[in-house]
Amino acid sequence: MVMQGEALKSKEEIMEKMRKPEVISGSEILLRSLVLEGVECVFGYPGGAVLYIYDAMHGFSDFHHVLTRHEQGAIHAADGYARASGKVGVCIATSGPGATNLVTGIATAYMDSVPLVVITGNVATNLIGTDAFQEADITGITMPITKHSFLVRTAEELPRVIHEAFHIANTGRKGPVLIDIPKDVSAAMTMFEPVSGEVSLRGYNPNTTPRKPQLDKLAKAIGEAERPLILAGGGVVYSGGHEELLEFVTKTGIPVTTTLLGLGGFPSGNDLWVGMPGMHGAYASNKAIQESDLLINIGARFDDRVTMKLDGFAPKAKIVHIDIDPAEIGKNVPTDIPIVGDVKITLGLLNEEVGYAAKADAWRAQIQAWKTEQPLRYQDSDTELKPQWVISMIHDTTNGDAIVTTDVGQHQMWAAQYYRFNKPRSWVTSGGLGTMGFGFPSAIGAQMANPERVVVSINGDGGMQMCAQELAICAINNIPVKVAIINNQVLGMVRQWQEILYDNRYSHIDLAGSPDFVKLADAYGVKGFRASNKEEAEAAWKEALAHPGPAVVEFVVRKHENVFPMVTQGNTIDVMLMGDEQ
Amino acid sequence: MNRKYTIAVLVNNQPGVLQRVSGLFGRRGFNIESITVGASEEAGLSRMVIVTGGDDKLLEQVSKQLYKLIDVIKVVDVSANPMVERELALIKVTAEPSARPEILGVVETFRAAVVDIGPSTLIVQAVGGPDKIDAMIELLRPYGIRELSRTGVTAMNRGAVRS
Repeated sequence: MVMQGEALKSKEEIMEKMRKPEVISGSEILLRSLVLEGVECVFGYPGGAVLYIYDAMHGFSDFHHVLTRHEQGAIHAADGYARASGKVGVCIATSGPGATNLVTGIATAYMDSVPLVVITGNVATNLIGTDAFQEADITGITMPITKHSFLVRTAEELPRVIHEAFHIANTGRKGPVLIDIPKDVSAAMTMFEPVSGEVSLRGYNPNTTPRKPQLDKLAKAIGEAERPLILAGGGVVYSGGHEELLEFVTKTGIPVTTTLLGLGGFPSGNDLWVGMPGMHGAYASNKAIQESDLLINIGARFDDRVTMKLDGFAPKAKIVHIDIDPAEIGKNVPTDIPIVGDVKITLGLLNEEVGYAAKADAWRAQIQAWKTEQPLRYQDSDTELKPQWVISMIHDTTNGDAIVTTDVGQHQMWAAQYYRFNKPRSWVTSGGLGTMGFGFPSAIGAQMANPERVVVSINGDGGMQMCAQELAICAINNIPVKVAIINNQVLGMVRQWQEILYDNRYSHIDLAGSPDFVKLADAYGVKGFRASNKEEAEAAWKEALAHPGPAVVEFVVRKHENVFPMVTQGNTIDVMLMGDEQ
Repeated sequence: MNRKYTIAVLVNNQPGVLQRVSGLFGRRGFNIESITVGASEEAGLSRMVIVTGGDDKLLEQVSKQLYKLIDVIKVVDVSANPMVERELALIKVTAEPSARPEILGVVETFRAAVVDIGPSTLIVQAVGGPDKIDAMIELLRPYGIRELSRTGVTAMNRGAVRS
């Protein structure tokens, strides 16, 4: 009866209950504050220093806690949750090893500007600095990879710290914020005074609205340009500016290339989409960047995998850079028109000002010709399963409408090339840090945030083994992630580099001895399939999709397949290996 | 063009703020020649004065990256305008009674002070711009410098310019 009553409570009633000022523990303050920040799902792993927090969670049902099997799984899941929803991802771990196991995940989120609030326990304040059991200076360790961090000294500070942490994580250039809570702080009883409303931090005032003269300069440059190109990055997705970008492109007729993190920020079905640029970018994208006379970077950061050799990148272009983070502008590429602002707001203002890039007709035709002459391609086979074919098949059978997460390596690039995205927040991948082990747990988070959507996790046989233990939580919580393992029995991307750049000297890349992934899935109570040819592949995949729960499909693919185009290091992006000789 | 920059960074006086700022310099490959920290005119805020070398592009990155720290309120290139730069040095010099008059001559010339006299040593306290301190050290070196401790530069713009 009580349970039923709980379930029937309205959201407002819950919030009312949460806000009630009364004497409670630091742990209860934490939980209530999280609910008041709108948190619905937390990923975590208990331990000594967070015992009070987990004790307060006993019977607590106002957010969902997912117990992962490794702290790394928890933080990647929180990351996937954030990327696929736009909300702040939250995870909890204990002090010492619990906290240090989060480090890779924090760095992953930091590099890709993903909003996370990471809560760690620490030893009691009187033990800090004594090398106590399970003590680690996690605020110190994570200083270079967090947007900000707090070491909480008293329970009284908690409501303010948590409110500030969510504000910092999810505004400006987004990123992970760490809150380290010593054990005595989580135990201390104090009067809870909720903190809400506007946050005022003197040292933190992101500029979201661009300066008008800069917009005028860009509008004028577009009118004069003969070969304009847009380079759209993760900022389009993160700001929610995809509709404004589409309007901008429709108005100006300027072709668009989207970076790895920008995929889905612009519909791939649109004629003006040129593909992804960079090391494994489309031929037309890389050619277009090098030939353009006006390159408009919208929310990308000129990463070295996009620019390749900096000296010689976009040599003919006037560079425009729109970014919420002023430190990115001019960091790698000298910029002619810097525009500091939120992408959505900036494009919204620009759309009132810009006109059609009328001088660019020949340019649009040229780009179209490059796309036709040098499309993405691979040699299909009737005897061996090709990974590119598998990705295309996954795309077709999900109507291009799934949320796709990947790990890192060849399969990631093939997924970026052959899964065609049309919606933002449908693509979850570790771009900046390139974190193996990210693909599968991030899918769990993405699915928790989007229970109604199909979530596909594409992994290699290497990365899958870096966080495979999280199959348990898919089974137990019936989280219906569809896991594709592109198994080439090798660390494929390393093999590719060793083949092309190290004269076929294959060193420690053979993954012989990997588990039977079907049996592995089965051991966790997850449905498993294996496919070695097209018929099996399509049948197994469709069955996995139709299955109501989680499923793993292992695709045994050709070992020596390479990702093309490829720009090798030291070259400008128009020097591409096309792989036709394979 | 490479030159020396003196920048003043106004920060929240929070635990770890020095680590945040110096850590940022370290990992971004910015050099720190000297760093001083102390109270500012406003309660709760400290002012760091950092001397760094590099070109204008580097200084721009230093400044932008510093502004990304939540605890950084304001970054000013003090060296962009006329400034007063001061540093304090304590120099323990070997000074047998016979050598003292000469040493005291140097001290007087530099308007420095002797703050301790031991049986065979003197501690000289010098205040001034880094060049003056450098010059003084060079003049005292022949007598034998036993210990040297410099505070690093603190600085302020002249007149109405605020740092």
